[in-house]
Amino acid sequence: MRYVEITNSMRKNPLSCIFFLIGLVIILFVVATLFNLIFKTLFLNMEGFRDILNDPAVISSIWLTMYTSFLATLIAMVLGIPLAYVLARHDFFGKQIIESFIDIPVIIPHTVAGIALFSLLMKRGAIGGFFESIGIVFQDSMWGIVAAMLFVSYPFFVNAAKDGFASVNPNLEKVARTLGASQSHAFFHVTLPLSVRHIVSGAIMSWARGVSEFGAVVVIAYYPMIASTLILYRFNTGGLAESQPIAVLLIIMCFITFLAFRLASKKKW
Amino acid sequence: MLEIVNVSNDWNGIFALKDITLKVNDGEYFVILGPTGAGKTLLMEIIAGLYYPDSGKVSISNKDVTQLPPEKRNIGFLYQDYSLFPHYDSRSNIEYGLKIRKVPKSERETIIEGLSSMLDIGHLMDRDVTTLSGGEQQKVAMARALAIRPDILLLDEPFSALDEATRNRLIGDMKELHKKERITTVHVTHSQEEAMILADRIAIMMDGRIVQVGEPKEIFYKPENLEVAKFVRIENIWDVDVIENSDKGLLVRLNGYEVLTPPYSKEIGERARLLIRPEDIVLGSGENTSARNRFMGTVESIEYRGFFNMVRIDCGLPVVAAITTQSVQELGIEAGSKVGVFFKSTALHVVPI
Repeated sequence: MRYVEITNSMRKNPLSCIFFLIGLVIILFVVATLFNLIFKTLFLNMEGFRDILNDPAVISSIWLTMYTSFLATLIAMVLGIPLAYVLARHDFFGKQIIESFIDIPVIIPHTVAGIALFSLLMKRGAIGGFFESIGIVFQDSMWGIVAAMLFVSYPFFVNAAKDGFASVNPNLEKVARTLGASQSHAFFHVTLPLSVRHIVSGAIMSWARGVSEFGAVVVIAYYPMIASTLILYRFNTGGLAESQPIAVLLIIMCFITFLAFRLASKKKW
Repeated sequence: MLEIVNVSNDWNGIFALKDITLKVNDGEYFVILGPTGAGKTLLMEIIAGLYYPDSGKVSISNKDVTQLPPEKRNIGFLYQDYSLFPHYDSRSNIEYGLKIRKVPKSERETIIEGLSSMLDIGHLMDRDVTTLSGGEQQKVAMARALAIRPDILLLDEPFSALDEATRNRLIGDMKELHKKERITTVHVTHSQEEAMILADRIAIMMDGRIVQVGEPKEIFYKPENLEVAKFVRIENIWDVDVIENSDKGLLVRLNGYEVLTPPYSKEIGERARLLIRPEDIVLGSGENTSARNRFMGTVESIEYRGFFNMVRIDCGLPVVAAITTQSVQELGIEAGSKVGVFFKSTALHVVPI
């Protein structure tokens, strides 16, 4: 439920004006940080920016970042949608514990998450050895990056999807059942389509969180370098001049992707 | 025929159905009437197969369906909020059950055509259901439930979300529809008016139990106990002593008056409770009448309720009478007036104390 006072203009409400001005500080903080970075790169270091556009290491690193985050989001969706549905529709013993586990990755430092994942998934780890025997290696590999991204980003997806399912009136499913739909038909034709906005929104947030991840990834898979690792590496070896243009390119790419997803999900339902 | 036998269900202590037994005949319009929280919706959902009872049996046409999933029961369900699928237009909503049943397109169109003319919703077919008014949504939801040609139609408070004028119109339409189609219908409501107008029979449900089943007149005029009497708004409830029992009826003493009731099996000296509906009480000047059951009293208040007035009279015991505005004017009744209170013996009902 969303309550908006449509007849009340903010200008006639002094408290809202003060709140707006206070809120503006945080917006200015973010805008100033990003604008400064982008302005400096595009206007003062255009040549550096052109160079990185032709740098295969940079392009493949950004592509790898987006691609691995996409894979992590896809896995979060496949595993998270059923979980989110159950959590939204049922109360059961231990539900709160499960919900706490979902939120843990948000609250623990990401290097800690990286170390935990590493000790589980490294070649000598509890299940890393098994995966290696079937050809999936996590240590310093693309799968390690996906695992780290999945770990830190799935809470965003599951929580959004859960909110989406919870917002669908359960009577719709019940009516569908009485009209002849099986449980799965009612889910796929009624509940899922009506939750699609939340699901897409959760997927975008999850993907964005994956792209921005560094701490967990760098512990389990320093190589191949994702964009954040590469930016830090270039910052350490070549300073701002070499790292800033990559950062700007990553921001632009993320922004375009983000916008494209948002527009694509702008359908009414 | 729908048969519910000894159905019990405990829903985490929030709602509980306690040993419900009901029989709804083919083509009958059966109303389950009860206050909010009585467990009416849960009972409907158990009939529909959306929940399974902890114990007991549900059968349709003599076939045990207790463990059958809802999609195999062929039951039409109309919820209070209509639950139209908001991502479909009206036509697609109505078509939903037909498509699942793989009804060919031409046949689907014929069915939809028939329903849209019967319910007068042709102009709504291509409308986004979120833009429909409450009454329109109700009709589209009804068409959707009827499209599958259900064996039983379950209506859960179908008129409660509507404004009064629309409600009255749709109740009339519903009555016509039932007369024409004779679909076995179970309708739950807390509205006595709906029950009175529509029901062939009524079951009173309170606190998860069926308290009384009967024809509307029986329920409203001959409630089985005080609980039902109060629920069906019998406002005149008096404790009496039986002083004579004959073929003519019971002679009871009520606050110094002697009152004759229809025959009941009561012992002389037994205490009982006397009930009469406010609309069965007649007011007059009180002097020139031969009515046996007659009190004199003073008007305490008159409440205007639209078509009628509730007049509260102190006759040494509280009496409530429902009389028309015209009668109030003709008798010149106002607070403080002296009036005669009359009622027929046949309008009285006696229940155990």
